[in-house]
Amino acid sequence: MSLTSPAAQPAAASGSRRSHAGLLQAWLPKLVLAPSVAISLLFVYGFMLWTFILSLTNSRMLPSYEFVGFGQYARLMANDRWWVASTNLVLFGGLFVAICLVLGLLLAILLDQRIRQEGALRTVYLYPMALSFIVTGVVWKWLLNPGLGVQAMVRGWGFENFRFDWITDPDMAVYTLVIAAVWQASGFVMALFLAGLRGIDDSIVKAAQLDGASLPRIYWRVVIPCLRPVVFSAVMILSHIAIKSFDLVVALTGGGPGYASDLPATFMYAHAFTRAQIGLGSASAMLMLGGVLAILIPYLYSELRNRRHG
Amino acid sequence: MADPIRRRTLGARLARAVLYTVLLLAALFYLLPLAVMLITSLKPLAEITPGTLLSLPREPTLAPWAKAWGEACTGMRCEGVGVYFFNSIAIVVPAVLVSTIVGALNGYALTKWRFKGSELLFALMLFGCFIPFQVVLLPMAQTLGWLGLSSSRAGLILVHVIFGIAFTTLFFRNFYVAVPTELVSAAKLDGAGFFRIFWRILLPVSAPIVVVTVIWQFTQIWNDFLFGVAFSAHDTQPVTVALNNLVNTSTGVREYNVDMAAAMIAALPTLIVYVLAGKYFVRGLTAGSVKG
Repeated sequence: MSLTSPAAQPAAASGSRRSHAGLLQAWLPKLVLAPSVAISLLFVYGFMLWTFILSLTNSRMLPSYEFVGFGQYARLMANDRWWVASTNLVLFGGLFVAICLVLGLLLAILLDQRIRQEGALRTVYLYPMALSFIVTGVVWKWLLNPGLGVQAMVRGWGFENFRFDWITDPDMAVYTLVIAAVWQASGFVMALFLAGLRGIDDSIVKAAQLDGASLPRIYWRVVIPCLRPVVFSAVMILSHIAIKSFDLVVALTGGGPGYASDLPATFMYAHAFTRAQIGLGSASAMLMLGGVLAILIPYLYSELRNRRHG
Repeated sequence: MADPIRRRTLGARLARAVLYTVLLLAALFYLLPLAVMLITSLKPLAEITPGTLLSLPREPTLAPWAKAWGEACTGMRCEGVGVYFFNSIAIVVPAVLVSTIVGALNGYALTKWRFKGSELLFALMLFGCFIPFQVVLLPMAQTLGWLGLSSSRAGLILVHVIFGIAFTTLFFRNFYVAVPTELVSAAKLDGAGFFRIFWRILLPVSAPIVVVTVIWQFTQIWNDFLFGVAFSAHDTQPVTVALNNLVNTSTGVREYNVDMAAAMIAALPTLIVYVLAGKYFVRGLTAGSVKG
């Protein structure tokens, strides 16, 4: 054989090996993704469908597959406790989102004034977000305990008639959820807004200053409108937290007094897991999903539109 | 001439003072519950009387912590939350590891090996970040039963991995999208394979996103209550479930100091992570939510 062959042979061999390997390489990314996609199809989409099917049956203690159409949804609509839970969600969610936004924006603007120890303050504002809602609930239950908590403390200062017993008051219990949830999440909203503020082009603000606009006016007319995307995301995240709120209710009020501070998430759990009403629980879970989609779809729609225009 | 300037600085100083006061009051609002929790957990029961919420313990004691850890009743059993603390660790560690590794590989495949339909697959998986988990609880309970994993730690690990992948994939995908593709293309031309490129090119620059993802997953899974309460039994409960049981167990005198000590124990791991790596924690929160 000539001199060229030893060099040529390995080259040819590696060439064919490369095409085999190439075929494998072309499939590897898909193989790597396949389990996750399968999991997603099965455990997210499949389970959603399964829950929907359960919501059409008369399942009680165990899943049964006797279909009753939309009977469970009709029962849900006629269920007083479900209406209490839904109304509470609107009240709780609305207040929680609104207060978090106002407080978060205010703190972010104040922190953005070249504050000494800004890092330390930020850390303090945000740490509740690292806690479990169960811990938050346990602590606030203690603080809101009329006999030993804040009410007793303020009375001890001499204000004998001070009343702060919302947690035992059926009309007010839902607002204690707002207090604890705001405490937990408002620092996070502050962080979102602060990041937004730091991202605003200084020249816009400087131009407004040169025009002689006052500081509050600059914020109201120039800075806050720039934060619209942040407000949008914050509303979306917060309402998502509100709809999913389960642990906080369990730990803080237990849904009580009675079921006065129930939310759909606790309603669902109670009916599906402890009251042997799987059909009804499934129907309520589907309505919760509907609530999330009602917020998510407009959000995704506008995100995609912005991306296309941007 | 000097007067308006001085008045302005005076006004500015006043404004600064008001600013700092408001900020400190806000800090107080956030710190108060933690302070009360800590103070109460160090008090003997006799010192817990109406109106003493903020007073420091006169005779500080660690007895409530010891009781919360090893003796307090959580439902029927009286062995404290210590056992459940270790349950949580046994659930969190594997679940975080597996979901992070899977997320990293997914994010890598989705950005550096794009193929027809890969964006669609990503969108498909992303939806898992948004569903209220109530909608999968009942089928999951049944499936765990079929798999023989009902009320087991392995079952909880599986659930956390399954529903964590959407988040970890999102994190890594958004991070790898910003990593320049030129190096990867060059390596592909040189014949480097899928895993080799990942190992040599992507992984060395992944430290920040790995930290963000691990912290996010750790916090999520440690703090989880819904899956824990739905899919665990007495001896496999995570610490959040045990804490809730402890607080709601009504036998005799309510020992608020023990409740608070147990709450501190359940809160400490995530608090410590937050204090040590707050920057990454915030990044995870914003990456997970804003970009989602």
